[in-house]
Amino acid sequence: MNLSPPSSTRPGSAVQRPGLRLEVAEKLRLDSGVTLGPFTIAYSTYGNLNAERSNAILICHALTGDQYVAEPHPITGKPGWWDILVGPGKVLDTDRYFLICPNVLGGCMGSTGPGEIDPATGKPWGLTFPVYTIADMVRAQVKLIDHLGIEQLFCVTGGSMGGMQVLEWASAYPERVFAAVPIASAARHSAQNIAFHEVGRQAIMADPDWCGGNYQQQGRNPARGLAVARMAAHITYLSEQALHRKFGRNLQDRNALGFSFDADFQVENYLRHQGISFVERFDANSYLYMTRACDYFDLAAEHDGVLANAFKGTRTRFCVISFTSDWLYPTAENRQIVHALNAAAANVSFVEVETDKGHDAFLLDEPEFHATLRGFLDGCAQHRGLKAG
Amino acid sequence: MSMDARNLTRNFAAPPELRGDLRLAAEMIEPGSRVLDIGCGDGELLSYLTRHKDVDGRGMELSQSGVNACVRHGLSVIQGDADNDLADYPTGAFDYVVLSQTLQATRNPRQVLLHLARIGKRAIVSIPNFGHWRIRASLLIQGRLPKTALLPFPWYETPNIHLCTIQDFATLCAEEGIRIERSISLDRWGRPYRLNPVGALANLLAEQGLFLLARR
Repeated sequence: MNLSPPSSTRPGSAVQRPGLRLEVAEKLRLDSGVTLGPFTIAYSTYGNLNAERSNAILICHALTGDQYVAEPHPITGKPGWWDILVGPGKVLDTDRYFLICPNVLGGCMGSTGPGEIDPATGKPWGLTFPVYTIADMVRAQVKLIDHLGIEQLFCVTGGSMGGMQVLEWASAYPERVFAAVPIASAARHSAQNIAFHEVGRQAIMADPDWCGGNYQQQGRNPARGLAVARMAAHITYLSEQALHRKFGRNLQDRNALGFSFDADFQVENYLRHQGISFVERFDANSYLYMTRACDYFDLAAEHDGVLANAFKGTRTRFCVISFTSDWLYPTAENRQIVHALNAAAANVSFVEVETDKGHDAFLLDEPEFHATLRGFLDGCAQHRGLKAG
Repeated sequence: MSMDARNLTRNFAAPPELRGDLRLAAEMIEPGSRVLDIGCGDGELLSYLTRHKDVDGRGMELSQSGVNACVRHGLSVIQGDADNDLADYPTGAFDYVVLSQTLQATRNPRQVLLHLARIGKRAIVSIPNFGHWRIRASLLIQGRLPKTALLPFPWYETPNIHLCTIQDFATLCAEEGIRIERSISLDRWGRPYRLNPVGALANLLAEQGLFLLARR
């Protein structure tokens, strides 16, 4: 297969990561029982915190996202991943709200993670980094929100793995979350989702350049394995209809089948491009750890197997959003969250948006989704007494 | 907020012409109470109650366009239906549960009715009356299944699969230990008749019945 790595070193190691950093001196007790600390949270903010500190929205990024929500990515130079939603006058209006997006604990864009140096050894953490959970990510974010002096977030939102963090926030810190918008998410990772993650992890670990996780010290990078992991995962973010609409069986730069294993089809070429461009900006070990955190997520299990118990007595206003063609986090999974919230007599809205764009729809131009989010936030802002932007 | 969104909100805030049975239902609801409107459409009743009666309102609606319109206007509404999505709500979660002109379209009306009486301290239910004289006449004289203003669909594509008369409904409530605290018989425009609302005459003349129910 023609998937040559762009460089032999770890991605972005020479690139500065602009933005803010919080060094947390305290230790964090992780779900695994291990303590981690001191640690760093890298984050971006947009807009201004008001005098009452009541207009903060926490954005939780997805598996392969980062804190560069609405600014060019320092490695790829591409626009922020939610540029379409975040800005003056946009749905997440920077004239009205103060937006915060931290790179998750264990990420690879400046927050403490397996690619960073373990101060105890002076060497990269690699596989000595502790396995962490979605709840651990949220615990780390709480330190950031404390540091910013915000008692209650106006809203916590995010899609996919970001949605899991939203649910964890609302469950573990209900009094600190006025409104919660989990998008295209689930209260637990399904067997199918764990299975896809395992394919990705095995692809990385099968790459000889992975070196048992020690690739940084060996000056190598398992780019081929990570690219394959990304290719497999990327299929799950789309839908059969979307792939057909975009590519069909169209051939790539040729008029006839090549009778070889080159990228004959446009869809092959597209996936290879997705794989190769991903490894420029993402760390393979980070990918292993983060997919594991998703797999371990089961909010009901933390509450005697009853999901409604996770939201008992909550006063948070919820808006659950799903997409019809999302088969990774299908509507049925989102509806389970809604049923649990109903059972907890919570204030909940639930909208399923009709689209053929699959799971990735939450990142794309979906007017129905954007209008829903805008309307929900406006309603919440009225209840919270926030001034119009 | 963009100008567009502001205009939308302003238009929505104009006093709506509530449908007759909804207006009477709204009059039954105490200010400041918790209300679940099942089959809330585009949020007409909820919006009215939120603005004029300061209720904590929630809605459930089958159509995606209806749900999205509600949420866009700041109402708390979920996509769902009375047959499948009532079981999770805790007992007594609401002061009022409203089901307007929908019971006859559910698969299991008896079960739905029990859920209404369980979830709400009170339930407000309106039904089309299949005992109305036009309906009786249509079958008796023309030998055809009736089509009326409230039941406009031909037999082969009607969603109204469990029709009943006002007296049938009162009987079911009695059998299930549900008390009818108030009932009003209405014409097709939702104007009340001055009749014994569950008597034989109302069962013949009224096109719809509206009931305020409570558990016994």
